[in-house]
Amino acid sequence: MHRSNNVKVALKLLAFATGMLGFALFIMPPLYDAFCDITGLNGKTGERYQAVPAAVDTERLITVQFLASNNGNMPWQFKPSVMSLKVHPGEAKDMVFLAHNPTKQTMTAQAIPSMVPFKVTSYFHKTECFCFNQQTLAAGESAELGLRFIVDPDLPAGVNTITLSYTIFDVTKRFANNQKNTGQQKEG
Amino acid sequence: MAHGPQPGLTRWLYTTNHKDIGSMYLWFSFAMFLLGGCMALIIRAELFQPGLQIVQPEFFNQMTTLHGLIMVFGAVMPAFVGLANWMIPLMVGAPDMALPRMNNWSFWILPFAFSMLLSTLFMSGGAPNFGWTFYAPLSTEYAPPSVTFFIFSIHIMGASSIMGAINIIATILNMRAPGMTLMKMPLFVWTWLITAYLLIAVMPVLAGVVTMMLMDIHFGTSFFSAAGGGDPVLFQHVFWFFGHPEVYIMILPAFGIVSMIIPTFARKPLFGYSSMVYATASIAFLSFIVWAHHMFTVGMPVAGELFFMYATMLIAVPTGVKVFNWVTTMFRGSMTFETPMLFSIAFVILFTIGGFSGLMLAIAPADFQYHDTYFVVAHFHYVLVPGAIFSITAAVYYWLPKWCGNMYNEAMGKLHFWLAFIGLNLTFFPMHFVGLAGMPRRIPDYALQFADFNQIASIGAFLFGAAQLVFLFNVIRTVRGGKKATDKVWESAHGLEWSIASPAPYHTFSIPPKVS
Amino acid sequence: MLMGLKRLFAPLVFPVLAPLAQAQEAERWGVNMPQGVTEVSHAIYDLHMLIFWICVVIGIAVFGVMFYSMWAHRKSRGHKAVQFHESTLVELAWTIVPILILFGMAIPATKTLYDMYDTGEADLDIMITGYQWKWKYDHLGTDVSYFSNLATPLTQINNALPKTANYLLEVDEPLVVPTNKKIRFLITANDVIHAWWVPALAVKKDAIPGFINESWTRIDEPGIYRGQCAELCGKDHGFMPIVVKAVPEPEYDAWLSERAIVAAKAAELTGKTFSFDELVEEGGEVYNRTCAACHQANGEGVPGTFPSIAGSKVATGPLEKHMDIVINGSTTNPAMQAFGPQLSEVQLAAVITYQRNAFGNNMGDTVQPIDILNFKNK
Repeated sequence: MHRSNNVKVALKLLAFATGMLGFALFIMPPLYDAFCDITGLNGKTGERYQAVPAAVDTERLITVQFLASNNGNMPWQFKPSVMSLKVHPGEAKDMVFLAHNPTKQTMTAQAIPSMVPFKVTSYFHKTECFCFNQQTLAAGESAELGLRFIVDPDLPAGVNTITLSYTIFDVTKRFANNQKNTGQQKEG
Repeated sequence: MAHGPQPGLTRWLYTTNHKDIGSMYLWFSFAMFLLGGCMALIIRAELFQPGLQIVQPEFFNQMTTLHGLIMVFGAVMPAFVGLANWMIPLMVGAPDMALPRMNNWSFWILPFAFSMLLSTLFMSGGAPNFGWTFYAPLSTEYAPPSVTFFIFSIHIMGASSIMGAINIIATILNMRAPGMTLMKMPLFVWTWLITAYLLIAVMPVLAGVVTMMLMDIHFGTSFFSAAGGGDPVLFQHVFWFFGHPEVYIMILPAFGIVSMIIPTFARKPLFGYSSMVYATASIAFLSFIVWAHHMFTVGMPVAGELFFMYATMLIAVPTGVKVFNWVTTMFRGSMTFETPMLFSIAFVILFTIGGFSGLMLAIAPADFQYHDTYFVVAHFHYVLVPGAIFSITAAVYYWLPKWCGNMYNEAMGKLHFWLAFIGLNLTFFPMHFVGLAGMPRRIPDYALQFADFNQIASIGAFLFGAAQLVFLFNVIRTVRGGKKATDKVWESAHGLEWSIASPAPYHTFSIPPKVS
Repeated sequence: MLMGLKRLFAPLVFPVLAPLAQAQEAERWGVNMPQGVTEVSHAIYDLHMLIFWICVVIGIAVFGVMFYSMWAHRKSRGHKAVQFHESTLVELAWTIVPILILFGMAIPATKTLYDMYDTGEADLDIMITGYQWKWKYDHLGTDVSYFSNLATPLTQINNALPKTANYLLEVDEPLVVPTNKKIRFLITANDVIHAWWVPALAVKKDAIPGFINESWTRIDEPGIYRGQCAELCGKDHGFMPIVVKAVPEPEYDAWLSERAIVAAKAAELTGKTFSFDELVEEGGEVYNRTCAACHQANGEGVPGTFPSIAGSKVATGPLEKHMDIVINGSTTNPAMQAFGPQLSEVQLAAVITYQRNAFGNNMGDTVQPIDILNFKNK
């Protein structure tokens, strides 16, 4: 009399376990990303921002600090053209990062932005950024990588300095692989 | 229908008998316990003095990694599953586990998983060396090639645990004797029921996290690599979403065991049975919302830190209830101190000390000083060694006479206890001091001011190791012969398992008993 | 032998002798968290002690009852068990009282946590980058940037020489910071996750590749404060200490300008031609500090993990290839870092020359700093 019951319970539990596997694989990573977007956790800054005309708050002056670093053995020279800029909230500002590929081969890089304090990430908007795309430089080539941003006028009071850091990663091999498997979606 | 065990090796290969499978789980876990213990002794031997003497840092890291993995997945978890196999059918009055063939399967894949894990020691680049928590990217982009075998062995261990848990839940839900209502079940059964649900909920998450690693390493995804838009911190969130319930998986059945043993030797029913059940359930629930307290220094918004700090502090409440209940059970009892009781009392004292350091670790600002130091090592060894290991030991002494029909040697049991108790405290208590004084964990060599306490800890570790040989000897001797045990074994024992003969016949409760 | 015994029994006599012991002895038997030298570290210490004493009091109460009944309610004393097994009132009490105690702990903890997160209005910013297995410090707003390596020689680690006082806690270039200034740390990593921890400052923060974390401190007293990497980061996780040297502000400013002069001098040296012996001597030192951790002091590496330099194809092959792997790192093995940005031209020239002429590699050629510069700019 227990047998069919046992199998039923086992199947239900197995389904639950499978569901948890699916949860870990397919729900948790996007959930985490969404969570990061909302809270600014890990300082990832948002995607391209559609510029909305906003009043410039000339009362406040915010210091935006720029940092650049190379991951692993990335041999490029990579640095901001200026260490920091002072901007009014609401005003669109341009700046460039300088990159140079000193090697003898063409290389592709991906810049990853990160920002502190975490709570300001949702108030920092980029309308143009070299980090939206991979950047390819031929051997010995130099480039000015552009960035255009707006600090939101709703930036919480008390925040006077924003630090924006870019880390460049060598994705030459990864990029080549992606080209090979066309149609395969980039994860994350 | 067969009436007795088959002769020869095939008995063990093909068995679907819960007692045979329980015994195999227990022996397997004891072998893994000794192996993981030897690795711990290599670690302690290297740390006996400052400087590198015995092993090189890369091998040291392999030892810390394998010690953790083997103790968690090879020693503690299979031991609890073994006890569940032996005791749950006897306690609820069932003839066997609900799914006997799956039971056989879930045991026999374990030796394969661990052979695969151990074979990595002989591979080029060595065994996994990134700690049992295997944080990315150290375990992905920077891992030795053997990481793929590590991932597969984790998959198999996970499958084994999930099958074991399904079996236990089905047995408890469907196979109880008439009259055995849920709130009449022995606490060991209750805690295992809750543990099994935890296992089914989180082992797939572990499988998920290693699968993501596998895809990052071999299939060009970037879940955990910033270069492709992923985040290494995601790894830690997913891992600890598994990891925190996992530590309760290793302690809840221990709560059950101690809740059975203390009343027997206090000659008094357990105080607050229903609050014990509710406390266990609330601990299990809370375990899902506290994971990020393992990551206070990772850089979280202050609101996140506060949430995880408060939630973690709350765990102290149901855990406290349990400790108070055990103490009150002893209060005004009529106590004797046989070996199982000694281990259970040591469990209550030392687990409480581990709970205190846990409470300290929960305080986020203070955790910035404690995190990843030997204070943490001391904390989790205080909850796991006296928690899981002592309770398993107590359970073996408590039920061994029922399993093999012979009484163990009490003097030797007491010797084992005192050696283990002294060794454990010598090993792990000084770790609180060096941790607070600033010694990080997982280092093969250390600054001179940590030397003296480390020396004491190493001596204690070898003493603790030696104590386990006394245990092994005592168990083998008891299995082979000795004074015959009565059916009830202990003067004040209660429960269905004591109503059958000692040793327990190969088939029990073919006709369900009546529970009043 | 006697020494050994003394050490063994020291913990037993220590509580008696504690008040008499000297400061050094206290550090050797350090049993508690340091109070530290910042407001935050004091707050954390107080919190730690508060919770510790609460736990002690609860422990005495619980274990007191337990030991009392173990003594009084034994069967051997003829005590008969009293068969009670529940009491709603008692159970409710020991659920509610702990909750109240927890509130008492949570309030000061929350306050301290907010203080720790208040990184605004810093006087200076320092960027910290974790590498396998060293730290890099950038004093933002200046050109001062340097790597900080373990300074303890391998001979001490391998027990060939006696260990000196700051064994494993000494670096070639400490982080120099001014006292009484709010310093903001911006923390990241180059390869795997590290954690920057100095107990006396109560600063511990994970350094995560690709992401940036922040923390802050304001040091009250000048002094040298030591710490270590706190997150397992691979083989030499135990060998990447942190040393912070806090000095009064004028001294810090002087140090900054001195760094600029030193850098200028080093740049001048790049044009100089060194003799073979000079290069090999300097190269040996650089090798032991930078390369020996993986490739070993004898140049033979670790089979399967770290390639041998003795007789290797690179070190006995074309110079171009050798410079490439040292300066740009390996494209296949992430453990071989790009040392181009980490070492000066002189150091690079010296260490490459050394590798080509040590461990039985007998190439006889030299590399000059200017060759390195030309290679980099090619």
